[in-house]
Amino acid sequence: MQYTLLIVLLPLISFIVLGLMDSKWKPQVAGIIGATVLGIITLLSYITAFEYFSFHKINGVYEKLIPMHVEWIRFTQYLHIDLGILLDPISVMMLVVITTVSLMVNIYSLSYMHGEKGFQRYYAFLSLFTFSMLGLVVATNIFQMYLFWELVGVSSYLLIGFYYTKPSAVAASKKAFIVTRFADLGFLVGILFLSFYTKTFDFGVLTSGNASVFASTTGVSFMGLSVMSWAMGLIFIGGAGKSAMFPLHIWLPDAMEGPTPVSALIHAATMVVAGVYLVARLFPVYEVYAPDVLHGIAYVGAFTSLFAAVIACVQTDIKRVLAFSTISQIGFMMVALGVSGYGSHEGLGYMASMFHLFTHAMFKALLFLGAGSVIHAVHSNEMNHMGGLRKYMPITNWTFLIACLAIAGIPPFSGFFSKDEILSACYEFSPYMGGVMTFIAGLTAFYMFRLYFNIFWGKEHKHAHTPHESPFAMAFPLVFLACVTVVAGFIPFGHFVTSDLANYDIHLDYTVAGISVGVAILSIALATIMYRKESEVPKKLATTFAGLHKAASSRFYVDEVYIFITKKIIFNLISTPIAWFDRHIIDATMDGFGGVTQWTSSRIKSFQSGQVQQYAYVFLLGTLFIAALVYFIH
Amino acid sequence: MGDLFINFFSNPVPMEAYLGVSLIMFFAGVYGFLSRKSLLMILVSIELMLNAADINFVVFNRYLYPGQMEGFFFTLFAIAIAACETAVAIAIIINIYRNLTSVEVGELDEMKE
Repeated sequence: MQYTLLIVLLPLISFIVLGLMDSKWKPQVAGIIGATVLGIITLLSYITAFEYFSFHKINGVYEKLIPMHVEWIRFTQYLHIDLGILLDPISVMMLVVITTVSLMVNIYSLSYMHGEKGFQRYYAFLSLFTFSMLGLVVATNIFQMYLFWELVGVSSYLLIGFYYTKPSAVAASKKAFIVTRFADLGFLVGILFLSFYTKTFDFGVLTSGNASVFASTTGVSFMGLSVMSWAMGLIFIGGAGKSAMFPLHIWLPDAMEGPTPVSALIHAATMVVAGVYLVARLFPVYEVYAPDVLHGIAYVGAFTSLFAAVIACVQTDIKRVLAFSTISQIGFMMVALGVSGYGSHEGLGYMASMFHLFTHAMFKALLFLGAGSVIHAVHSNEMNHMGGLRKYMPITNWTFLIACLAIAGIPPFSGFFSKDEILSACYEFSPYMGGVMTFIAGLTAFYMFRLYFNIFWGKEHKHAHTPHESPFAMAFPLVFLACVTVVAGFIPFGHFVTSDLANYDIHLDYTVAGISVGVAILSIALATIMYRKESEVPKKLATTFAGLHKAASSRFYVDEVYIFITKKIIFNLISTPIAWFDRHIIDATMDGFGGVTQWTSSRIKSFQSGQVQQYAYVFLLGTLFIAALVYFIH
Repeated sequence: MGDLFINFFSNPVPMEAYLGVSLIMFFAGVYGFLSRKSLLMILVSIELMLNAADINFVVFNRYLYPGQMEGFFFTLFAIAIAACETAVAIAIIINIYRNLTSVEVGELDEMKE
């Protein structure tokens, strides 16, 4: 399966070509090249998936294939950085997800970004992102993953700051970069910890279940935690940064300053699930050697999920609602991984998490693209400027509704199946966890339908010009993703992706399914009463729970806490004294050296008159003096 | 008269006489080097100093090590090198003249800063 190399390399070539040809071609040409390349690699990914899942199963277990592997930099016998392609069920699934969503976004952008300044640059960056993300998922070793991890960070930064003349976009891109980079420091330290003790970066070796790899970690502990807990915990911090887990989530809502298709691709479907992917990739290690960290991941995921869902209920910017919803759904995936064990039934959470990753990528991309379509029509992100759009935009309305039903967990849409598996896994872990997650699922249904009704129903806002349905290039991805959302739930996902690579038949747990559907329908009903027609209920609720409402609207003041810590504590107590020391001690010393030299040279400058005869005269006197000295001393 | 003539040639010239000549030549050169304003005259002074040194070589060889030839050959070398040096110096002076239309040594202080 050598051709999988092309899947990764073609976007890179497309990035280089588009980047170099920046303004020499017509914008539309760049767009078509980008979309064509994506089309080719999407096709290749489908072929890969078909071939892999059909022919590479031995005794009911999927093989791990490495079609390409090169040693890139060799430092010592143990420390060498390799590049390669690893095909196993999760990476093949990610290839399909990334190329599909990326292709849809590329097509969508042809129309959405039409006429924007820097259209070619936009497509070049999209290709760069696709390349980095694909390189990340097929990484054979943790260091390659880290390299591409940083590359996706950079391309995310570039795309968030696409409108670089807008100060808020620039600030958001910096924030996203700095926060994730800060988390990646943890990731790097974790990698070093892990590889120092195991002497390998290779995923194949780490996840082989071979206990001798981890032999040197036994008994080593630091501050009461074993060294493996430290390593895996630090690695998870990197994942938490990219996947916007509390308290590192603050960059994601701001990242919505980027163009909407970018939000759909990077900040909903692909990059933000990189953290989930990382944990899934190292899952056997977490499960055996750091179960405490794995439980920690479950609690962090659950808290983040609840936290983000509550905030999503009161936001008024539609993209921010979707951003918080993304955070909440990634929380679901993290919880599922955290509560999972290893093996066929024990590994239910793992399978559910990957399943949800897959379905979520599709319906959340659909939601974002739908939101983009709405924003395209009314030129605003605010809910108050919308309302009653269903008459004007039927395609957007229907596809958005399908996505909302999917995320709310209504059968037979895809979200129902994956969420149901997650809830079953949670109930098996502990009834409390299951209960909390069911409640969050209810909240999800509520805020999504609040969003839906506020956009498409409710009181019509007076528009400057009549909103219109989006053109074909934008409508097509919506319809395509809606179709995927409708059918994806029926994929026998357990036959493809499981924790132990073996088959697992998904059984619907009817009690859990019944409860979750009941809660979802109740929540939707509540949202319908409150938001379908203009009513006083939301306002009354807002005044009754004024404190909670205010706190949630200001996102529970997490940003303010960050500002307080950075500006008041770090800047004032650490940075300012250091800056003073730098300016008054170090700089002053150096300035002193310079000053003394300058003073001396200005004094002795007149010696260098440039008059040769003067020099010769001094020289002669010196010679005579020395001669006299020699003469008299003898 | 004839005796005087014979005496003069049969008594070798004392070494001090030669050294006296070379001393006078050398300091004439030094004086010229320091006092003349024209580059050409300075060059002439340098030649004077060089020739004084050459005389010293020959004299010391002739009087102190009569059987050997090093001093004579050294002088020949020095003469050859002096010729080269003059050629280079004159080339430089011509270039200076082209740039500054002057060969006054006092004006050559452009590179002081």
